[in-house]
Amino acid sequence: MPKVTIDNVSIEVPEGTTILQAARMIGGNLVPPAMCYYTKLDTSGGYCRTCIVKVTQGSERDPRPMPKPVVSCRTTVMDGMVVENITNEELVEARKGVVEFLLINHPLDCPVCDQAGECHLQDLSYENGLSKSRYEFKRREFEMHDIGDKIKLHMNRCILCYRCVKVADQVCDGRVHGVINRGDVAEISTYIQNSVDNDFSGNMIDVCPVGALTDKTFRFKSRVWFAKPMDAHRNCDKCCGKVAVWLSGDDILRVTGRKDKYGEVEDWICNDCRFDKKQKSDWVIEGPRNIDRHSVIAQNKYGVLKQLKIDVSKQKQIGEKAHNK
Amino acid sequence: MKRLLLQHIDVPGIDTLSVYREHGGYKALEKALKDMKPDDITEEVKKSGLRGRGGAGFPTGLKWSFLAKPEGVERYLVCNADESEPGTFKDRFLMSKIPHALIEGMIVSSFALGAKTSYIYIRGELLYVYHILEKAIAEAYDAGLLGKNIMGSGYSLDLYVHPGGGAYICGEETALIESLEGKRGNPRIKPPFPAVKGLWQSPTVVNNVETISAVPHIVNMGGDAYAAIGVGKSTGTKLISACGHIKKPGVYEIELGLPVEEFLFSDEYCGGIRNDKKLKAVVAGGSSVPILPGELFLKTANGEPRLMSYESLSDGGFATGTMLGSGGFIVMDEDTSVVKNLWNFTRFYHHESCGQCSPCREGTGWMEKVLHKFLEGHANMNDIDLLWDIQSKIEGKTICPLGEAASWPVASAIRHFRSEFEDYVKNPQKIKDVKHYYRVNNLDPVIN
Amino acid sequence: MPDNYTGYKMDTNNTNINFSEEALQLMHKIMRRYPEGRQKSAILPLLHIAQAESEGWLSAPVMDKVAEILKVQPIEVYEVASFYTMFNLKPVGKCVIEVCRTGPCWLLGAEDIVKFIERKLNIKEGETTADGMFTLKTVECLASCGSAPMMQVGEKYHEHLTCEKVDELLDDYRVNTNEHISHWAKDKIKA
Repeated sequence: MPKVTIDNVSIEVPEGTTILQAARMIGGNLVPPAMCYYTKLDTSGGYCRTCIVKVTQGSERDPRPMPKPVVSCRTTVMDGMVVENITNEELVEARKGVVEFLLINHPLDCPVCDQAGECHLQDLSYENGLSKSRYEFKRREFEMHDIGDKIKLHMNRCILCYRCVKVADQVCDGRVHGVINRGDVAEISTYIQNSVDNDFSGNMIDVCPVGALTDKTFRFKSRVWFAKPMDAHRNCDKCCGKVAVWLSGDDILRVTGRKDKYGEVEDWICNDCRFDKKQKSDWVIEGPRNIDRHSVIAQNKYGVLKQLKIDVSKQKQIGEKAHNK
Repeated sequence: MKRLLLQHIDVPGIDTLSVYREHGGYKALEKALKDMKPDDITEEVKKSGLRGRGGAGFPTGLKWSFLAKPEGVERYLVCNADESEPGTFKDRFLMSKIPHALIEGMIVSSFALGAKTSYIYIRGELLYVYHILEKAIAEAYDAGLLGKNIMGSGYSLDLYVHPGGGAYICGEETALIESLEGKRGNPRIKPPFPAVKGLWQSPTVVNNVETISAVPHIVNMGGDAYAAIGVGKSTGTKLISACGHIKKPGVYEIELGLPVEEFLFSDEYCGGIRNDKKLKAVVAGGSSVPILPGELFLKTANGEPRLMSYESLSDGGFATGTMLGSGGFIVMDEDTSVVKNLWNFTRFYHHESCGQCSPCREGTGWMEKVLHKFLEGHANMNDIDLLWDIQSKIEGKTICPLGEAASWPVASAIRHFRSEFEDYVKNPQKIKDVKHYYRVNNLDPVIN
Repeated sequence: MPDNYTGYKMDTNNTNINFSEEALQLMHKIMRRYPEGRQKSAILPLLHIAQAESEGWLSAPVMDKVAEILKVQPIEVYEVASFYTMFNLKPVGKCVIEVCRTGPCWLLGAEDIVKFIERKLNIKEGETTADGMFTLKTVECLASCGSAPMMQVGEKYHEHLTCEKVDELLDDYRVNTNEHISHWAKDKIKA
């Protein structure tokens, strides 16, 4: 079995393991963040570049000149590889750059975004980003397009991770949406007015790392941190029927797949379970679900933010001016 | 002057099979099929020291030897005729004037690699050249030079031309393969490399038009004789597309190692700067390579005269050197604004970014907008450092080399012409003559 | 918002797209150039031909027809067509003028050419004249830097441009253009 050393920790992994998977096997802080890679989706990863690491020493089988930044999610471990992640300052800086790129055109509308609280971009920017933006231009805006009655597409928030396209290709059949146009005006779209409608299309919501695809049946119902996640199951003839239901009192606000600590679902669930079974009597509730991931749901995670001093004098002035008018 | 590819360029009717054959055409094919084994050809190409003429300069023989050859699996040779690097127009010239040069090269190279089907991927804008090639291929089929049992050798090959649809990125070999598969031209994440998994997941070699067209000459004269042309590891001849503020723009075939000064100023080649202006800067290898100020271009940092070769042009690394690239030779006179030109190039990369990976998708547009501030007279000194920082965060972090191609011009312009950027900041009133036109073109985002 | 996004509802009256017999034959000839099961590869040449057959632009129904011929999902065609710049996703004039705007042409006055055409035709870049004769586009490097500035109309390159030369050319086109000029020339489909 090939042996790889990541941030001075060595591990032996099965042939074909990627650096990212190897890092996840080790666990802890040295696991690179991933916005587009998704274990269950074939050929996913490589686009967002947040998981870049530096391979400082290659191997006999990969004679390319090293050191070299590579994407950990798509680079297979080879015996003798030495990888640096958080121990390499240059790399940490490079990742900050990637986070900044992802944010310059993001609308930062977290206060009105259903994804807030479980958004990977939010987590990523808290952990790796800068507290202020150097981007001074108008942010990119797309027109809103309706893609059906269950899923809301909010293209401005999209980071083009391609996960939803891969879900449509690999989990659903008859893909009707994709990426159209190119460059920084590329967008997720059906091109003609068409609804994304398939028994498993709801999984696109679960895989979306940001608030670009959200559940219309949950829209503006609650902030996720006020809802109480419970493991639940039912006999379903389409899917495994194992889900997480999000409760407020006795009401089921929404149903999602069961996500692991990297935000990846354990199993795909069908649209019946997700959108139509909103009665507590539809489900056998197993018990509270532990949300084991980097997320603001985990309270006080960003204690360090309390030390941030935010200058609000400008806003105060504007407010006072408006008040005095 | 040693000319190989363009030796018969002025012969009337050289685009037809009969005239091409009268001038020694398809002799190399005959020799290859009758007297050589496929591996012999690869060996000769290795000996010749031929390097990829598309821009990267990777040794062709070595690239060929990487091709995986599993039993029972098709392998493909694909010719990269997606010539889109600004400043480069040699392939269009060669293909439209002597189409059989490429076709003969394709047959010989396909034989060497064991490909039974090969494709020429030509950029869509060159549809007229597509039809020239189609006609030439039909001639070759009729003459038994393509199809089953070529020249009675038992070797069979089908050769097709495939037009693109307008995307610079398809010049990147994996994007080209994706495009040839009928998809968006999104570069693939490597590894696996095309030599292992390329077109339709089969082992594939992708070579530039000029590279492939050089192969028959190597077969004819032998690898050693080819290697004797040129200087050091820059062997053979190279087509240079000369343009910009020179007296005689055009495609020139030079022996690698020609002094830069001779190429730029002699009447045989560029003929010097137009209107007797002074030389300001040169982009030596297509818009992606670093720009160099005139004096640093003519002489290396050590004061040695620069030569037109891979090594001499890159002497001094990016600090004081550049690259031979694709041989797109863009000359700028003293009146040229490096900042304006850079804005134009950056706009180009912004427009051509495929949008797959975030640093290039977001970074190229950001750089364009910052540069636009300079042209509008709104920039401040911090913007120079911001530009530098953005380009450094794109370079090396992207899926394909377009990230680098967009970063290097920015980095080199700041490195060598910082004072010009500062001038734009200090004297915004002086930029009244800024000429820029805006575009409502389909794929362009709205600029603020 | 890019202006090529149509996003319209499918016009059910207009779904009856038929290509000419010659065009269909050519399409199938091209499709046979790729191994069995890889016919999707022919998408770019097919779109060129479809565009030539459809007044120079690709409407959703035209693309659906191409999808049908290739036996792929329509979205796969939309994705591809919107990626490449040569495909017009909205109606264009009979004569689409594509002026190169990249570095080398720009150094030698491409801007002036664009401005001249804008003035002469009284349209802005990206627009079509009211009579539907001309559309002005600017495009990236067309590999003709040595004969800059240049423009392309259909498959034809017009090089070493000056404003006077463009003036004549446009007048010529105005008089001599009867049907849409496409990148894939009509006579090359018939041949």
